[in-house]
Amino acid sequence: MTAKLQLAGIKKRLRGRQVLDGVDIDVAQGRSLVIIGGSGQGKSVTLKCALGIMRPDAGQVLVDGADVTRMPQEIRARVMRKFGMLFQGGALFDSLTVWENIAFRLINADKVSRKEARERAIETMRKVRLAPEFADVRPIELSGGMQKRAGLARAIIAKPDILFFDEPTTGLDPITADAINDLIVEMVKELGCAAVSITHDMASARKIADEIAMLHNGKIVWRGPATSIDASGNAMVDQFVAGRADGPIQAVV
Amino acid sequence: MINPFAPIGRGVLGILGEIGHFSTFVGRAIVASLTPPMFLGQFLRQCMQIGYFSLPVVGVTAVFIGAALALNIYVGGARFNAEQFVPNIVVLGITRELGPVLAGLMLAGRVSAGIAAEIGTMRVTEQIDAMTTLSTDPFRYLIAPRVLAATLTLPMLVLVADIIGVMGGYLVSVNSLDFNGVAYLRNTFNFMEPQDVILGLVKAAVFGFIIATMGSYQGYNSNGGALGVGRAATNAVVGAIVLILATNYLITAFFVE
Repeated sequence: MTAKLQLAGIKKRLRGRQVLDGVDIDVAQGRSLVIIGGSGQGKSVTLKCALGIMRPDAGQVLVDGADVTRMPQEIRARVMRKFGMLFQGGALFDSLTVWENIAFRLINADKVSRKEARERAIETMRKVRLAPEFADVRPIELSGGMQKRAGLARAIIAKPDILFFDEPTTGLDPITADAINDLIVEMVKELGCAAVSITHDMASARKIADEIAMLHNGKIVWRGPATSIDASGNAMVDQFVAGRADGPIQAVV
Repeated sequence: MINPFAPIGRGVLGILGEIGHFSTFVGRAIVASLTPPMFLGQFLRQCMQIGYFSLPVVGVTAVFIGAALALNIYVGGARFNAEQFVPNIVVLGITRELGPVLAGLMLAGRVSAGIAAEIGTMRVTEQIDAMTTLSTDPFRYLIAPRVLAATLTLPMLVLVADIIGVMGGYLVSVNSLDFNGVAYLRNTFNFMEPQDVILGLVKAAVFGFIIATMGSYQGYNSNGGALGVGRAATNAVVGAIVLILATNYLITAFFVE
């Protein structure tokens, strides 16, 4: 079976530093992959290359076996319609109301009528347990947890095949974070999509991952089922999971 | 030993690189502005934001400049008994030069900085990346409406500025320089030629384009949080002003020839 999304030998150099040095990773339909790793190890750049926001220097991004990096613009845009993404800070448009944010893609890319788009936005808000009375407020008036819910609603409204999560629990209290984790698991299962998340929150990784991979120095150094993370046999993974300052990874402060 | 030419070469390469980036950006902005899909709602909103809400600042500038111009020409003209040319030179100065240039400079401050700050904030909070993942091209949704709105509304603003500027000169001339009001207006209209106004409007359209693309360019490429957004706004204003003044000369020289 071909992977839904596959990164093969992705390299990226930024400001004179080799951030990604040949990343190989893949994820199958209906599976949830979580990439863990320290700050500055290239997690975000990996995600941006996969999403097509950043162009890798070398390597391939394969969606259903087709290389996205070498496609003409229009075809690539069509493939990218299969993607949904939850950004770290929510990245909600602050000039629009919550429902207009959630329905942004329907209104602007899919040319759905505003009336229908609003109905679908409110239906999606219910799904992520965001009360419909928040539909007409600006994102700035929402709490951090509610902003994540709105961002999630925006990411799933068009029923994507591949969902990306950038640090979904960062900046949330542990209880809200757990609620968001539950929601992610539920939504990924409901949509049956492939999910790729990056995080340094181990509690979140354990909860939402089928598989965990660790990125260090621009390479995947370990990969395995989420259940085997405590018996990885990899000193770097052990250090990261235990959260120790001393070990093979030097903390950069 | 450090090669003394290295810093010069680096500087030149940096400038050339920047020009290349900006040119590519301008090309993409033009394509996005002229081909579908277009976002009409965004365009109309920007027309209000850039054009309509700039009326007060442009009007106030024009009335004072027209008035001051009339006084100066009167003083200068008196040195060789040519005071009667005040209306002619006021209308010439306002329509050909001061109307478009001052409206352009005021909008470089008001609009260019605003666009750079807004798009820059969207860049650093990942809203532009988010837009891309929502299958919407930021060049079409954000930049094209601003470029089109500025290019089309600045000529209209300048037309208003022309009228208000001439009126400023009229008010001063009639009230404190003892000109006859009817004669002043007759002189103005008899002397003015369509090409004076047209030159001003062509300039205005070009300046509007410069203001919106410079603001968008700086905002779109900003990085580094609040500091980066502040730098983008500053660079947008300075860049737009320099380009406006340089192209003002080129367009004038082109029309004079």
